[in-house]
Amino acid sequence: MRLTCPHCGSRGLEEFSYRGDATVQRPALEAPEEDWVAYVYLRDNPCGAHRELWYHGAGCRAWLVVERDTLTHVVHNVRAVCREETP
Amino acid sequence: MSGLRVAGRGRKARRTFRHGAGNGLETGRQIRFTFDGKSYLGHPGDTLASALLANGVRLLGRSFKYHRPRGLLSAGPEEPNALVELRQGAAREPNTRATIAEIFDGLVASSQNRWPGLALDVLGINGFFSPVFTAGFYYKTFMWPASFWEKVYEPLIRRAAGLGRAADAADPDRYEKITAFCDVLVVGAGPAGLSAALAAAESGVQVILCEQDALPGGRLRGERTLIDGRPGWMWAQDAHRRLAGMTNVRIMTRSCVFARYDGGTYGVLERVFDHLPAPREGQPRQRMWRVVAEHCVVATGGIERPIVFPNNDRPGIMLAASVRTYLHRFGVIPGHRAVVYTNNSDGLRTVADLHHAGVRVVAIVEAGTSTAAQDLARQTGAVLFSGATIANTFGRLGVTAAVIRDAHGREHRVGCDLIAVSGGWSPDIALTTHQGARPVYRDDLAAFVPAQGAGGSDLHVVGVAAGVMTDRGAFESGLRAGYLTSGADGSGKMRLPDVNDAAYDITPVWQGPGTGNLPRAGKAFVDFQNDVTARDIRLAAQEGFQSVEHLKRYTTLCMATDQGKTANVNALAMLADITGRSVSETGTTLIRPPVQPVALGALAGAHRGRHFRPFRLPPTHRWAEEQGAVFAENGLWLRAQWYPRPGETHWLETVNREVETVRNRVGFCDVSTLGKIDLQGPDVRVFLDRLYVNGWQKLPVGRARYGLMLREDGFVFDDGTTARLGENHYVMTTTTAKAASVMQHLEFCHQCLWPELDVQFISVTDEWAQIAVAGPNSRDVMRQIVDPDFDLSNAAFGFMAAADVTVCGGLRARLFRLSFSGELAYEIAVPARYGDALARRLMQAGAPYGIAPYGTEALGVMRIEKGHPAGAELNGQTTAHDLGMGRLLSGRKDFIGRRMADRAALRDPARPTLVGLKPLRVDAPLVCGAHLLPKGAAATAASDQGWIASSAWSPTVGSWIGLGFLQNGPARLGDVVAVHNPLAGTVTEAVVVSPVFVDPQGERLHG
Ligand SMILES: [Zn+2]
Repeated sequence: MRLTCPHCGSRGLEEFSYRGDATVQRPALEAPEEDWVAYVYLRDNPCGAHRELWYHGAGCRAWLVVERDTLTHVVHNVRAVCREETP
Repeated sequence: MSGLRVAGRGRKARRTFRHGAGNGLETGRQIRFTFDGKSYLGHPGDTLASALLANGVRLLGRSFKYHRPRGLLSAGPEEPNALVELRQGAAREPNTRATIAEIFDGLVASSQNRWPGLALDVLGINGFFSPVFTAGFYYKTFMWPASFWEKVYEPLIRRAAGLGRAADAADPDRYEKITAFCDVLVVGAGPAGLSAALAAAESGVQVILCEQDALPGGRLRGERTLIDGRPGWMWAQDAHRRLAGMTNVRIMTRSCVFARYDGGTYGVLERVFDHLPAPREGQPRQRMWRVVAEHCVVATGGIERPIVFPNNDRPGIMLAASVRTYLHRFGVIPGHRAVVYTNNSDGLRTVADLHHAGVRVVAIVEAGTSTAAQDLARQTGAVLFSGATIANTFGRLGVTAAVIRDAHGREHRVGCDLIAVSGGWSPDIALTTHQGARPVYRDDLAAFVPAQGAGGSDLHVVGVAAGVMTDRGAFESGLRAGYLTSGADGSGKMRLPDVNDAAYDITPVWQGPGTGNLPRAGKAFVDFQNDVTARDIRLAAQEGFQSVEHLKRYTTLCMATDQGKTANVNALAMLADITGRSVSETGTTLIRPPVQPVALGALAGAHRGRHFRPFRLPPTHRWAEEQGAVFAENGLWLRAQWYPRPGETHWLETVNREVETVRNRVGFCDVSTLGKIDLQGPDVRVFLDRLYVNGWQKLPVGRARYGLMLREDGFVFDDGTTARLGENHYVMTTTTAKAASVMQHLEFCHQCLWPELDVQFISVTDEWAQIAVAGPNSRDVMRQIVDPDFDLSNAAFGFMAAADVTVCGGLRARLFRLSFSGELAYEIAVPARYGDALARRLMQAGAPYGIAPYGTEALGVMRIEKGHPAGAELNGQTTAHDLGMGRLLSGRKDFIGRRMADRAALRDPARPTLVGLKPLRVDAPLVCGAHLLPKGAAATAASDQGWIASSAWSPTVGSWIGLGFLQNGPARLGDVVAVHNPLAGTVTEAVVVSPVFVDPQGERLHG
């Protein structure tokens, strides 16, 4: 597997580490406990399109949002997380 | 020689099996090698298979389960039978296919899975016990009583069913790994692959051409095909030469593309020196390539299938195209009296080729009826049986006769020493299915081909691999793919050579009559390597294993080292037949990497033994070696554990002395392995506030502070100190173990959570050598090191002070007044390259004050004496409350982990909490991991109240001491608890004390 880092170009899997679902948002401190439990522990495991966080630890150290199909392994998009517009 | 009589009983006629030059041979030179201890001659270019065949050796091995005599089925990497051991001693390599092993002078090869010898194998008796080994035998034997399995069947099966012996010493050869990039990877150097490579290369793109064989040409080496009026193999050689002259082309022979992975990544195994006695000096035996390619042209050709009939596994029964390869490439006659059995037009080529080479073809057995066969029969004088099958064969160690059943059901016994069989071609589609693309069945070819667009838009399948069965089609599809991948429009330039355009047709017959029923006529093999018979498939289907995946696992079909290359389609077609479905409906299993077996050594590359993973060496490593330090691995780091002195006889004596030195005089220790992160920017203070549980707003410039980090789930992540060196400049330390993950965590928090914070940070762990100098005399020593204009007095540079200083006459350095040992102590950081010099200077300057270096063991003893948590306490399952640091948790700010740490269960005082422990008898060791129980309680999980995390002999206290976690611990100081060590079966007693054993008021470190 390869990812095209927006800073470094196409690189091999071994340069990256995986974190998981990029869509979860850290709740506010005063948010209900359920929200926090969901943020810390609960993850969907979709079959198909997924937005994931990857870390380019052996490269530019950027956190990346990777749009990837978990079924076909096709990578549709890779962006640096700090360039993401927050919805 | 065709006039010689075959297989005369009694006196054996001496015959030659070499009939001519062979297009892949250097006949001018001879090579001597041995097989099973007997010496033979061959030529450069011979495989072990062709050379043995040329010497009349037909029996090459015994089969896996039944120990049936086996010879060569094929001439290529699909070979299921002829597995041999090559070389000797440490270099011995089992299960090598004789058909791809190139011979060299002095090669020692031997057969396997036979005892005592190939021709007389006592375990051939397995044939009589064969019911034990029928379909599902592994699963069925597991259902027998365990004692039967262990004592009887398992040893029996292990002895009886086997492959080769692995070498019993370490592999003496080297392997290496390399990565390459290209625009177009072409797999296979047959007519289609060479055409594709030429077209792509002429367009100027970067091309890598991989061929698993030593020579280019593919099937052209094994046929009499003419291209532009010349032998096809000459065309291949010319094409190869042209490509080799182009700077944008890399040709790799003996290189198997064994896998396609995501993102256009391919695994290629290059057998660099397998064909020579030993690798050349400095060269690897094999090289593992990772090739990243924009496009891949799959020109892997096809694999010929056998036909399933009773006793179809005797030596001398070979695939038809392989017979032609032995004839043309190696100049070897595989037999002198041949029967050709085919269900397709390609197989008929064999009749003419054998005849041309002077072999008498006694019979042609064709499944269908063709005029081509009639013509051939007329030309060669062979008897033609159309619409016929082979019903049985005879011959103990090699075939001597075939029983042909004609279209009317009459049987004819025909003497022969060679049966050339063609059950049709299966496109070699392995690479197209590695990512899950299902192939489709084509009725007209009676074979699976890649689905349209299978494997992605960057994959281009050409030639026979794509189901294009004509020679002309191979050139055409190869050229087209070559131009397509290079992005050039080559339609105008495409020039097809002049080649035969004969069509391929097949009558889908898979098996002879009655082969799946009673074993009356004899076993009819489907999977030769795993000894799976037609009857096994029928049995499995009858027992309900009708899905291909179940059939495969139940019978072990296609599960041998050849992955059933010659077996798969026949088995599926037979299963389809039994279950009344079409082959399409029956489906197929997917082929997974690797296409060919790959040695573990090649996968490991240089990562073995000492080089399995690198050592990180602290800056003072060489100096510590000179001191005679004993080292220990800490993660990747190699750290000095202790520094024995002459006369010290036990490590504990050394460690005690080092601890006493620090407590009474002064010692120093390299702590460079701690993670160091340099942070700058106006928002660092806010950033630290959110990372650590405690507050950072009031930390002034020139001071350091202890900090505790949680994970977002509320458990402790890491700890360390962070010093403020300037208005917007901080330097953080982490534990050695978590240096990388803390850095990653900081990046996550900054980039994903709080990108608005104006902070920059970088790891400087490797940039700074950091040495702790500890003990009552440490200030006196530091005065000799730090340049004199800096005021080191307690008033000016007190506990937790930090400053940029110069040392040793102008060298920039950082000085911190931190103490892990609890003594008056400093940590001094200098650029890493000065670490060694600093250690030497400390030894010199500290000598008058009784200085000595100390290692990680003394460091550990002293931190336990002070109750500082470390790895065993920060184990990912403890909270700030558990560690007695609940009061650090700030209530005035958000920080990572705050909300989840606040959960009631995590604040429950009944959770095991950090305490100190002292055995009632000072010399009774406390063992880490021992359970803490109420005194007198039964040693059950219900009464378990905690555990010991760290322990040491404390020379300062004069007793064993420990740090542990105990329910309601802080409220139980003075209690006596039972310490249960279930491993040793001991119960001792210990008193619960404060975790700070030495200087509880902290007077020493403030001194
Ligand atoms: Zn990057």
